[in-house]
Amino acid sequence: MTEENNLQYDMPDEAGHFGPYGGKFVAETLMEPIKQLDEAYQKYVKDPDFLAELDKDLHYYVGRPSPIYHAERWSRELGGAQIYLKREDLNHTGAHKINNAIGQALLAKRMGKTRIIAETGAGQHGVATATVAARLGLECVVYMGSVDVARQVQNVYRMRLLGAKVVSVDSGSKTLKDALNEAMRDWVTNVDDTFYIIGTVAGPHPYPALVRDFQTIIGRESKVQLQTMIGCLPDALIACVGGGSNAIGLFHPFIDDTSVKMYGVEAAGDGVETGRHSVTLGAGRPGVLHGNRTYLIADDHGQIIETHSISAGLDYPGVGPEHAWLKDSGRAEYVNITDDEAVEAFYALTRMEGIIPALESSHALAYAMKLAPTMSKDKVVLVNLSGRGDKDMHTVAEREGVEL
Amino acid sequence: MSRLAQTFQNLSASGRQALIPFVTSGDPTPEFTVPLLHAMVAAGVDVIELGVPFSDPMADGPVIQKASERAIEQGMNLTRVLSMVAEFRKGDDTTPIVLMGYLNPIEFMGYEYFAQAAARVGVDGVLTVDMPPEEAEEYVPLLKSVGIDPIFLLAPNSTEERIKKMAEKGSGYLYYVSLKGVTGAGHLNTDDVKEKVAQIKQHTDLPIGVGFGVKDADFARTVAGIADGVVVGSAIINKIQENIDDLSMAKQEVIALLSAMRQAMDNEFND
Repeated sequence: MTEENNLQYDMPDEAGHFGPYGGKFVAETLMEPIKQLDEAYQKYVKDPDFLAELDKDLHYYVGRPSPIYHAERWSRELGGAQIYLKREDLNHTGAHKINNAIGQALLAKRMGKTRIIAETGAGQHGVATATVAARLGLECVVYMGSVDVARQVQNVYRMRLLGAKVVSVDSGSKTLKDALNEAMRDWVTNVDDTFYIIGTVAGPHPYPALVRDFQTIIGRESKVQLQTMIGCLPDALIACVGGGSNAIGLFHPFIDDTSVKMYGVEAAGDGVETGRHSVTLGAGRPGVLHGNRTYLIADDHGQIIETHSISAGLDYPGVGPEHAWLKDSGRAEYVNITDDEAVEAFYALTRMEGIIPALESSHALAYAMKLAPTMSKDKVVLVNLSGRGDKDMHTVAEREGVEL
Repeated sequence: MSRLAQTFQNLSASGRQALIPFVTSGDPTPEFTVPLLHAMVAAGVDVIELGVPFSDPMADGPVIQKASERAIEQGMNLTRVLSMVAEFRKGDDTTPIVLMGYLNPIEFMGYEYFAQAAARVGVDGVLTVDMPPEEAEEYVPLLKSVGIDPIFLLAPNSTEERIKKMAEKGSGYLYYVSLKGVTGAGHLNTDDVKEKVAQIKQHTDLPIGVGFGVKDADFARTVAGIADGVVVGSAIINKIQENIDDLSMAKQEVIALLSAMRQAMDNEFND
């Protein structure tokens, strides 16, 4: 994590603010625990033993560095820029989520916490957390909206196999945001022995910065790998954005490299105009939810409303506060892709390159399909292939009318 | 003098403690709330905490969550809560009203607009659960400038430093959350509460209200023995939930609970 220190960009400030965004908007009972977490993190992020253990786990357990793959056939077919894929789908448990889960679990162990809790939407973060908890012998409770429990049966079973207790959350819209509320309630009640592993770059400070720092391994590796492969920086980065952890992990090490364009892709669901979407940055407005100020999808009175996306991992009414800042500052551009476009990209990559991407990552791929043809063949676009598509077989089959 | 300061001064002069009920506005119907508030005042409550329903009440237990969901289904929002306060004020110009809720509805309305509107309809205090003083540099002065007391929470794990901060930033009263947990959870530990309230008192002359876990008249009496105010929320909402099909019974049960609490608190030293 030390290479990060070379950056000019130094958000957030000490209080966790990215301009007007971020911060610590939590009930009093959580103020002390998040302060303790911040202190522990500040200490261990500079601790050589901690960093060595993290590096070792990322290498031998997760399988890092994940390769970068030049999708030559697909690039040729699209007829424009060269598309490279950062293969986070090849990590243990099949997505980028494990990078952060390992980091936070090691932190929990250092802090003497014996119980881990987490929220999950699609189940990828829940699986990553349950995996790490199993390995470290920590008790693990995962909160998941009852709607998601029903549509992600396999991941629920996987978490249970790993020894986690999956709690189905029936309040509110019964999805990711409600799972997060419930995890917060658990944390408030059990702060003494419990560590809350948040899965995305949201929540109160220090979570957005802490999760980001564990995910920047994606961008740091990419920079080095591309240097070796093509000898220069990419022209554009593309990543999907729900909460935004894989995107910030890719973007952050490139923020000072102003020649590199950054595109965050939000899920437009049935289309922004239908109201059934998760386009938080593109169609929401700033407010406060889950401990930070950021863009939100809410009604005129500030009540959070239900979002929609074919990919459960992007189905969230908020977004990491750093993305809100990158949007306002103009450093990153946020675009959106519908369910249909994402599925089209899902098929394209599967058939052209023999790689089955997660539906979340398919949103990033779909934008690459739009962007690459507008660029010349000597340009380079790096797409974060944040997860593999095994978990989405049911969703895609159902769309085709195929019963598995 | 503000209504809250006046109320606590009167109570203190007569050696009594404040009974502070919490109800979610618009639960289970918008029509139910204002008459209930008047009836609660008649039953002897001193300050009313009026809940502003929010879709994601992170600090609340299942009872108040359900109440918020019922109210939102009925179309409740911050604008309508302010109208309710205005309506209540037509019949009661002395009982302090404290709005309790989460920040996002206020962010969406705009701090300045909210402060002006709340002051105009007769709101006396605002307790925003997820707005710690660190984030309230603009908010607190705005509320104070229109005569509204910003009320802050203190918890069992609040450090000395934070107690000082709340004492400095807050006014009206301080709300001590008696247990680590969500509203309506468990039972509070009297000895712990006593100790913490004494610690808080070393740093402030503000009255201390204690809530989270006050379930019945016995607890109300015990808490009245150690603090200046007793906050009761989930126990009231439970009565509403249990009688959701018979709202006159719901109201009757709420009033019976509060009357018993009032009596127990006032007889605290006569046992």
